[in-house]
Amino acid sequence: MARKSIAALLCAATLGAAGATVGTAAQAQVIGVSWSNFQEERWKTDEAAIKAAVAAGGGTYVSADAQSSPAKQLTDIESLIARGAKAIIVLAQDANAIRPAIEKALNEGIPVIGYDRLIENKDVLYITFDNKEVGRIQAREVFKVKPEGNYTFIKGSSTDPNADFLYAGQREVLEGAIKDGKVKVVGDAYTDGWLPANAQRNMEQFLTANRNKVDAVVASNDGTAGGAIAALAAQGLAGQVPVSGQDGDQAALNRIALGTQTVSVWKDARLLGRTAGEQAIAMAKGTKLAALQGTRTWSDGPRKVPMTSIFLTPVPITKDNLDVVIGAGWVSKDVVCRGVKPGTAKVCN
Amino acid sequence: MTDPARREPGRALADFLRATEIDARLVGMLVALALIWVGVDLLSGGAFLTPRNLWNLSVQTASVAVMAAGMVLVIVARHIDLSVGSILGVVGMIMGVVQSEFLPRFLGYEHGLTWLLALAVGLAAGAAIGLLQGAIVAYLGVPAFIVTLGGLLVWRGCAWWITSGRTVAPMDEAFRRMGGGIEGSIGASWTWAVAALAFAAIAWRTLASRRRRARVGFALRPVWAEFTVAGLACAGVLAVVLVANSYDLPPRVAERIAEAKGIAVPPGGLSIAHGLAVPVLIAVAIGILVTFLATRTRFGRYVFALGGNPEATELSGVDTRRVTVRVFVLMGTLCAVSAAISTARLNAATNSQGTLDELYVIAAAVIGGTSLSGGLGTVAGAMLGALVMQSLQSGMVLMGLDTPLQNIVVGIVLVVAVWLDRLYRTRTLRGGAT
Repeated sequence: MARKSIAALLCAATLGAAGATVGTAAQAQVIGVSWSNFQEERWKTDEAAIKAAVAAGGGTYVSADAQSSPAKQLTDIESLIARGAKAIIVLAQDANAIRPAIEKALNEGIPVIGYDRLIENKDVLYITFDNKEVGRIQAREVFKVKPEGNYTFIKGSSTDPNADFLYAGQREVLEGAIKDGKVKVVGDAYTDGWLPANAQRNMEQFLTANRNKVDAVVASNDGTAGGAIAALAAQGLAGQVPVSGQDGDQAALNRIALGTQTVSVWKDARLLGRTAGEQAIAMAKGTKLAALQGTRTWSDGPRKVPMTSIFLTPVPITKDNLDVVIGAGWVSKDVVCRGVKPGTAKVCN
Repeated sequence: MTDPARREPGRALADFLRATEIDARLVGMLVALALIWVGVDLLSGGAFLTPRNLWNLSVQTASVAVMAAGMVLVIVARHIDLSVGSILGVVGMIMGVVQSEFLPRFLGYEHGLTWLLALAVGLAAGAAIGLLQGAIVAYLGVPAFIVTLGGLLVWRGCAWWITSGRTVAPMDEAFRRMGGGIEGSIGASWTWAVAALAFAAIAWRTLASRRRRARVGFALRPVWAEFTVAGLACAGVLAVVLVANSYDLPPRVAERIAEAKGIAVPPGGLSIAHGLAVPVLIAVAIGILVTFLATRTRFGRYVFALGGNPEATELSGVDTRRVTVRVFVLMGTLCAVSAAISTARLNAATNSQGTLDELYVIAAAVIGGTSLSGGLGTVAGAMLGALVMQSLQSGMVLMGLDTPLQNIVVGIVLVVAVWLDRLYRTRTLRGGAT
């Protein structure tokens, strides 16, 4: 008897809850997100942040994963429109291939947000971390440690446009010093597929070609930085030559505490996700693109289309501010401080 | 084993090769390698033929060379393994997680047993993966191309899945020795010890093979030929040792070591040699072991028989399925060895490790004279093939060529190498017909 009444109660509760969900969904703003490839670890963090921001704004989150296929993403976006999305956030697998779906959404008056990757259409809001700025920060932090000497550049994959944005930013900072002859570029190579092993081989060859006279390494992300540092370690140079990186990889943050890596530029995915979620809610409620807060016009894309954009500033993580990533819950102190000798890094004491 | 060069009459070189029984194809590869080395050295302003670069080259080659040794047997048995790069990735990840996340919970960091346990787990995982793939090929009759193509995706996926794509680092210090570097080289005196061992082995092998031939009544090589072959082998070993021993540790590191040992640093600076690198020793040991397996054991003979004529082999009562499974188990295990080397070398386990390695490994085996139609191939050739590929790649970085050009050159070399091999083969066959 008692069991039966509990079951009935549970039943009623479930029905009630379901009813409530349906009820709010009808009034709430449906925010659709089209992911390019959910297989990569980082998007999980982004998703959680978008979900939270959407929920905080009283909206409902729906999503689809294109599994790296532009063709699937095309139909994904159409199905998000069909599911009643009032604003769509798109992480584009191939911005050109999904153009028809973007235009269809815009024609129906559904605002579109280009998330992290550029979709060059003047009616799309572009939200990203400033990749050129990432490059600038990398070069700046390395330059602070070694204001002159022989520099090598470990670039990203030649097929990734971001690799060139990063490199452009790096060169921009160092151009003056290169012209003055204070900084000499003694090596400069793309890293096929961003593979650390390729970065290691390239670095080894740079060291060989220059008889170890390399004073600074501007590496474009933490994976390639790891490869370069392994090559430096084989020459007993790890920790003496500044190396840059980006992504806030756990291994890289540990290297920063150990002193073998100088900086990892951290792009807090949660900030990116939250911003996109908040803007999506605002636009779904009818705020026009031009009326959004915190935007600026940017027209440095391949087609030079003036875009309404929000550029988030990445944070350089060095030995002095490792507490930022730990405090943000990005990584635990144990991971960062593994193997660090007491007294060498402030955060590990 | 007939010497193909035998049918080239009236030529001093052919006579020399016949008398000494040196494989002409191997000589051809060494000549090609020498040409590449000299060419790259000239084009890179003398940076290539330095002890340091050659030492690096040997370490860079080790991982692919180990897998190429196994790939020879796979291809000889008329199969293919497209999953080696992915197996390397997943096994590397397993070893990384075991040594830097799982074991430290019980043993703490830098425990003396960590590296051994991690390696054992990795080898077991590699063998198990090989067993699974081999069993599917042998007992379920799915073609190896498909099984391992599936494996390429599955194991890469697993490598990603184990840590959700996170890079695992750093590795255990003792484990790192397997990757070379300063800690992972054995120093000058041990290098000489290895050389002494090699000299002894060459002498013993020469004598033993002569005695064996005499016992079963085979023709003996002329004594001068025996001496020439043994002499050449010893000279090769000597050259390697001299190169390894003239690559000094970076001065600052040498000073640090001297300080730790309480040796006074002489005024001219201290010179401590690297000596041979551990991964290179591992690769050479694997090469010898797999060559032994291939040429001196029943298993090896079955593999070659299977590749030469599968039906005949099966009809003569050989359990060909078992042989197939074993070949794949060996391949998986060797992938684990390579995984240890490359993970240790990078001092990190990443989910992308070994990407595209399957292509380099197959290319190395094919450049080394392994026939894709089965039944033919040598381990030494494949390992040399790996060295040729790596020489081109690192050489071009030294010359400052960028990746797209490097890929173009490597691709062309692969095709040309196989074409030359084919020319050579048809010529020797035609020679046999007349």
